[in-house]
Amino acid sequence: MSKKQPKLEARDLNAYYGDFHALKNINIAMEEKNVTAFIGPSGCGKSTFLRLFNRMNDYIDGFKVEGNILLDGNDIYQKDVRVDELRKQVGMVFQKPNPFPKTIFENVVYGLRIQGIKNKAVLEETAERSLRDAALWDEVKDNLNKSALALSGGQQQRLCIARALAISPSVILMDEPASALDPISTAKIEELIYELKNDYTIVIVTHNMQQAGRVSDYTAFFYMGELVEFNKTKTMFTSPKDERTQNYITGRFG
Amino acid sequence: MTNSEKNRLKDKAFQVFGIFCTFIGLVVLGIFLFDIILEGAKRIDWDFLVSLPSRRASRAGILTAWVGTIWILLLTTIIAFPLGVSAGVYLEEYAKKTKLANFLEINISNLAGVPSIIYGLLGLEIFVRQMRLGSSLLAGALTLSLLILPIIIVTTREAIKAVPRSIRDGSFALGASKWQTVWHQVLPASFGGILTGIILALSRAVGEAAPLIVIGALAYVPFTPSSPLDEFTVLPIQIFNWTSRPQEAFLTNAAAAIIILLIITFMLNGIAVYLRNRQQKKIKW
Ligand SMILES: Nc1ncnc2c1ncn2[C@@H]1O[C@H](COP(=O)(O)OP(=O)(O)OP(=O)(O)O)[C@@H](O)[C@H]1O
Ligand SMILES: [Mg+2]
Repeated sequence: MSKKQPKLEARDLNAYYGDFHALKNINIAMEEKNVTAFIGPSGCGKSTFLRLFNRMNDYIDGFKVEGNILLDGNDIYQKDVRVDELRKQVGMVFQKPNPFPKTIFENVVYGLRIQGIKNKAVLEETAERSLRDAALWDEVKDNLNKSALALSGGQQQRLCIARALAISPSVILMDEPASALDPISTAKIEELIYELKNDYTIVIVTHNMQQAGRVSDYTAFFYMGELVEFNKTKTMFTSPKDERTQNYITGRFG
Repeated sequence: MTNSEKNRLKDKAFQVFGIFCTFIGLVVLGIFLFDIILEGAKRIDWDFLVSLPSRRASRAGILTAWVGTIWILLLTTIIAFPLGVSAGVYLEEYAKKTKLANFLEINISNLAGVPSIIYGLLGLEIFVRQMRLGSSLLAGALTLSLLILPIIIVTTREAIKAVPRSIRDGSFALGASKWQTVWHQVLPASFGGILTGIILALSRAVGEAAPLIVIGALAYVPFTPSSPLDEFTVLPIQIFNWTSRPQEAFLTNAAAAIIILLIITFMLNGIAVYLRNRQQKKIKW
């Protein structure tokens, strides 16, 4: 392959929760500024795999990784990798909106404050840019000092996206970001993903086939800890190679 | 009588019994309060609050006692607050779930049940004798700190546990370290709960006489303390002393001092309840 350097890559990857073999021999390469959707039945390992890319599984007792996870060609599980530096590059949005019990403003600039940035102009500028990019600015610009907990679920989720954008990552991981939201909020998030892929590499876990079809360029189908099929979304949805993929996307199980 | 009638009767009987049990404590407390107020209220005036102790009941006041109590409260807070909260944070957020951690955990709960007089003996040996602090405010506050540390540690852990995992994940995902997450997220979110625990612990400490008597706090201190190394007395000791006198007039004094002590305790509890309610209203996860 003489193609360009993939943004994210997994090589011969195996992961275990104690004795439980959660991810089996996974190889995948994701290109820059594309949206990749992870699909598959509940418990097949999508979240586990996603969380490998910002090392969120590090905190789980008994979790073990073998193989390599690469960001821009560098193994992020090497000893000299600083997890906080990694997470500045790889942001994450969770299934359930999880705003901090602070003001909207403080939520957005939290990542910067953590880095020790105190300059007010920088903070304000970043807050506005991130909220605009997350399509939330117009709704909250007059209430930046209100509690983030007072926002609606959909607004909270866009706030969490803004919060992730504020530290200028190059990759954004989303674990079922719209599954807790109403249809209108979901549509807004999908639109947003479409916008964001101009600047970011996005990986999204979803249970919603239509959503995967709408937002993603590539789709990866996982089944019982294996990566069964990985292809362009269009190809996968029109002519899946594996029977299990076919069954899943036509809704015959899962 | 049919079976169902029998059951209904049993039901009724238990209900009556339950009500009786619920009220017996309240009634006893009510009678006690009524008695104390009847006896002591007439004795409380400005002079009583600002007079030094005296051998003549009518001239004796509680100035040294309540000033000592305030001193003890402040010093105990300064000592026990950072220690207890740090220990709670360590156990909840940092300590690996090892056998040692388990052992520590069980023993901290056990410590909360150790009689206070034992803490007095410990304080006497360590603070008064080994550290040569004498029967000072500092020795007293250190002793009471030991007494309430287990309570603070346990309530701190409970408060921290109530902060959802998702908040920590959100913080970590933005590059925060463990310490930053604890400092910027976990502690602010659990502060109301922690504060409530500390105040309740203090309201326990404020009523203790036994451990302070053991370390040598005196009933008769003819001056108000001006530094942590001064000798002192506190309200419960003053009350204990007065109730053991034969003269009727001293019993009146004791009743009056009990009213003041109760007011301090109720105020502390009131603040704790207020903080808890405010916290519940402010944060809904
Ligand atoms: N902390 C954990 N400890 C032990 N096993 C776990 C843990 N987290 C997940 N697992 C197991 O690993 C497997 C994969 O879980 P994972 O959460 O990655 O699935 P998922 O594909 O994201 O499912 P869902 O669609 O329901 O979110 C499951 O069998 C699950 O039971
Ligand atoms: Mg999942």
